[in-house]
Amino acid sequence: MSTQHDPHDQHHGTGHDHDPNEQDVHDTLNHIVSPVVYITVGTILLVMTAVTAAVSFVDLGVFNAVVALAIACFKASIVVLFFMHVKYSSKLTKLTVFSGLFTFGVLIMLTLSDYFTRAWGRW
Amino acid sequence: MSDSTVTVHGAHAEHEHPPYQRHHFHSMEQQVDTTSFAMWLFLLTEIMFFGGLFTAYLIFRNWYYPAFVVASHQLSIKEGTANTAVLIVSSFTMAMGVWSAEMRRKGALVLCLCLTFVLGLVFLGIKYDEYHEKWEKHHVPSFHYSTKSFTDPASDPEIHKSYPDDKALPLDMARHTEVYFGLYFAMTGMHALHMIIGISILAFMIFRARAGAYTTGHVTFVNNFGLYWHFVDIVWIFLYPLLYLISRHS
Repeated sequence: MSTQHDPHDQHHGTGHDHDPNEQDVHDTLNHIVSPVVYITVGTILLVMTAVTAAVSFVDLGVFNAVVALAIACFKASIVVLFFMHVKYSSKLTKLTVFSGLFTFGVLIMLTLSDYFTRAWGRW
Repeated sequence: MSDSTVTVHGAHAEHEHPPYQRHHFHSMEQQVDTTSFAMWLFLLTEIMFFGGLFTAYLIFRNWYYPAFVVASHQLSIKEGTANTAVLIVSSFTMAMGVWSAEMRRKGALVLCLCLTFVLGLVFLGIKYDEYHEKWEKHHVPSFHYSTKSFTDPASDPEIHKSYPDDKALPLDMARHTEVYFGLYFAMTGMHALHMIIGISILAFMIFRARAGAYTTGHVTFVNNFGLYWHFVDIVWIFLYPLLYLISRHS
């Protein structure tokens, strides 16, 4: 994946001194991800979609749900990292995304562990 | 009063900046960081919003498991998979749109936005076909809801052929299939609403892009819309296995 680095990368961390003659002022502000990365990620996403659809036709018992959700998490992760540029973003963005997902994880885990255990010991 | 005017004029004289930089930002770098941070905060509220629906779905699936299994057998895996592929390709074209804007290629940007727009419409078209089938079979929660497919599986030959092992449910459990379809329409409906909003913004962006609005170095709008579009894609990436796939063999 070394292709994701582009010539604009060298401007990173050099400061932005708003030279009026500088044509590409904005190009230095966002990391420009190469189309090769997008094509690779898009292809992986399509392949994983075919895999998860195919696996659903095989009887794995409870692992059908586990495999389907694991593949969904993997697909969502590469969308967030590459299509949404989080891999190349500032620490602030990375922290924001992580803290949001973490909070959501806490909420859903506690809620589900409550509901799923209410009937325990009643049979 | 006059003091502030003087300050603003002074700022202009000594501090050149691109025309799209707002004056309350110290630098373009700060403006870009701030807008993308704000967009991510909005997306976090969206995660919590859809998260509530996902949690409700998981709780009710746990409670009325037999009803949720047979009700999910009504969905077409073929159409669900096709829609997943359509959305992934549209996310790819949107990502290429962001790249085109960064590279200041107007033609490529307009093309990418148009492709994303069309793929969004294809998604909604397939979704309409699925909704229409539910409507015809009286599987839309309402006074007209019918549990016949679940109390008497043989009355629904198409599904019965694909899932011959599905047993008839007693009426009280069969009634709970309406909860499944209620959540199905709430979740896919909210997702479809996000698609419709996204497609409307895309139409606006296509006009603006043709006028050259995003290819002069100011790509914030395209960038942040890209984040929104990919987020909507991620929601579907989870809806697809939860609604269509995980109950196939249960």
